[in-house]
Amino acid sequence: MDKTINQKAWFLVLPVFLVVAFSAVLPLMTVVNYSMQDTFGNNQFFWNGVGWFKELLDPSTDLGGRFLASLGRNLFFSAVILAIEVPLGIVVALSMPREGWSVAACLVILALPLLIPWNVVGTIWQIFGRPDIGLLGYTLNYLGFNYNYVSNDIDAWVTVIVMDVWHWTSLVALLCYAGLKSIPDAYYQAAQIDGASRWAVFKAIQLPKMNRVLLIAVLLRFMDSFMIYTEPFVVTGGGPGNSTTFVSIELVKIALGQFDLGKAAALSLVYNLIILIVCWVFYTVMTNAGTERKAVTQGESAAEPKPAAAPKPAGVLKPKEGVA
Amino acid sequence: MHSIPGRRLVMALFLIFLLLPIYWLVNMSFKTNAEIVSTMTLWPHTPTLQHYRRIFTDESWYSGYINSLEYVVLNTIISIAVALPAAYAFSRYRFLGDKHLFFWLLSNRMAPAAVYALPFFNLYSAIGLFDTPWAVALAHCIFNVPLAVWILEGFVSGVPREIDETAFLDGYSFPRFFIKILVPLIASGIGVAAFFCFMFSWVELLLARTLTSVQAKPIAAIMTRTVSAAGMDWGLLAAAGVLTIIPGALVIWFVRNYIARGFALGRV
Repeated sequence: MDKTINQKAWFLVLPVFLVVAFSAVLPLMTVVNYSMQDTFGNNQFFWNGVGWFKELLDPSTDLGGRFLASLGRNLFFSAVILAIEVPLGIVVALSMPREGWSVAACLVILALPLLIPWNVVGTIWQIFGRPDIGLLGYTLNYLGFNYNYVSNDIDAWVTVIVMDVWHWTSLVALLCYAGLKSIPDAYYQAAQIDGASRWAVFKAIQLPKMNRVLLIAVLLRFMDSFMIYTEPFVVTGGGPGNSTTFVSIELVKIALGQFDLGKAAALSLVYNLIILIVCWVFYTVMTNAGTERKAVTQGESAAEPKPAAAPKPAGVLKPKEGVA
Repeated sequence: MHSIPGRRLVMALFLIFLLLPIYWLVNMSFKTNAEIVSTMTLWPHTPTLQHYRRIFTDESWYSGYINSLEYVVLNTIISIAVALPAAYAFSRYRFLGDKHLFFWLLSNRMAPAAVYALPFFNLYSAIGLFDTPWAVALAHCIFNVPLAVWILEGFVSGVPREIDETAFLDGYSFPRFFIKILVPLIASGIGVAAFFCFMFSWVELLLARTLTSVQAKPIAAIMTRTVSAAGMDWGLLAAAGVLTIIPGALVIWFVRNYIARGFALGRV
């Protein structure tokens, strides 16, 4: 859809701008202010320049070591859960029943974990995984595994990852399901006429149609796992030792635990910057994917008049869709 | 053709995986603490309602639910009210800095709550809103308003532009057109956006806990505190957990027909 240029539209955006600026820009200015100063309590502040930032990015100092270690853990965590949740989500979406009451039932059950408060998610897995009172922990120990997420690093990691898969795979699945639902039946009929295999249908029809929603899913999952705080905090408290301390947990420890404002603020800014960069990359890819597709379909229709016959798989490869 | 071989099995296994931990929580909420600690039972052998009774009669417990619902509803109303006109503007017009503004909004949705916990604490203490539902409702706007704009923009774009033009030709003023024509047309989109605002405000704990102390304490924070003080009252904890799941389950039930489209943020 072509948009008209109208500067008065700013009046419509103004409320949003004010609300978000109030709760984003003002606090961020405080953070910038703190990040340059040191304090010894009593509201006395001293100018510290870029000292905190230097310390933060230098692995040999205490602060830098802790930050980089938690960053590494967090990136590894995000990579693992993306590698599990995206394929699993696609498989679940493809397994959705087609019609009848079971569709509604499946949707409701799938969405259920998403609406549980995050600390309750932690509580659920804490109770579920404990070796003495939890079904999972008890069963594993009964079967001879020495499972205890409180004292063993690997068990703690596995618990946190399984918990996240439990919590968020549904989001990926629901997004993919929405993408699949938008494929017209004609595409499948055309594929059937051409004798396409199950795999070919997936690769040529379903995956391209899910492209856009998958991108949203990966973006949301990466961001949310990168700033995960509550669930691992409730289950493991960042332990054993520091083995499941992610960036947010480290940050809250420094900011609200030790009240080390300067260090916390510097960490916040770097943390925010990383997120901003990743977000920008995704946003660019997303908008480009939208315009490229539009250009392809427009070029196609300009070059040759469309035959009125049933669509061929060749046309299926480049789905005609202009929703940007 | 939609589906894959063995799909019933896959779906069944996944649903069991989702439901098993929830079942365990429900199971535990009906057990006495003695039964929880001493034996491993798959269902409550001596079922009891004592934990639920305690929550519904003790004000320090049930007020937590009221506080939580209060700021969640406030936040949903604020978010939708400010996001609607903005979504229309982003969908219909180009204006100076629109793309940058959109990206800036989006980036706020992704900002980690941990970064804002401390500055929000300072900000809302300074303006005297600390420990009121308004503080939490406004704080949650930072991720809910961008999300609402994003979802609603997708739905507004689904309304053909000709409808606007016809309405203006018929002499509708802009506010009248907006309320009488546009809002009913995207009613399902508003429902979906409200659902998401409700959801993300309801599940968030870090900001809600940081911005309240006594008067407006959310249920999630009451849960964490009481448990450590009372030395692990597992049954009570489980019962409180079950009660936090219920509002979410009810909301899902009402929007179940829009869930799939809503999760694609109106963009399929």
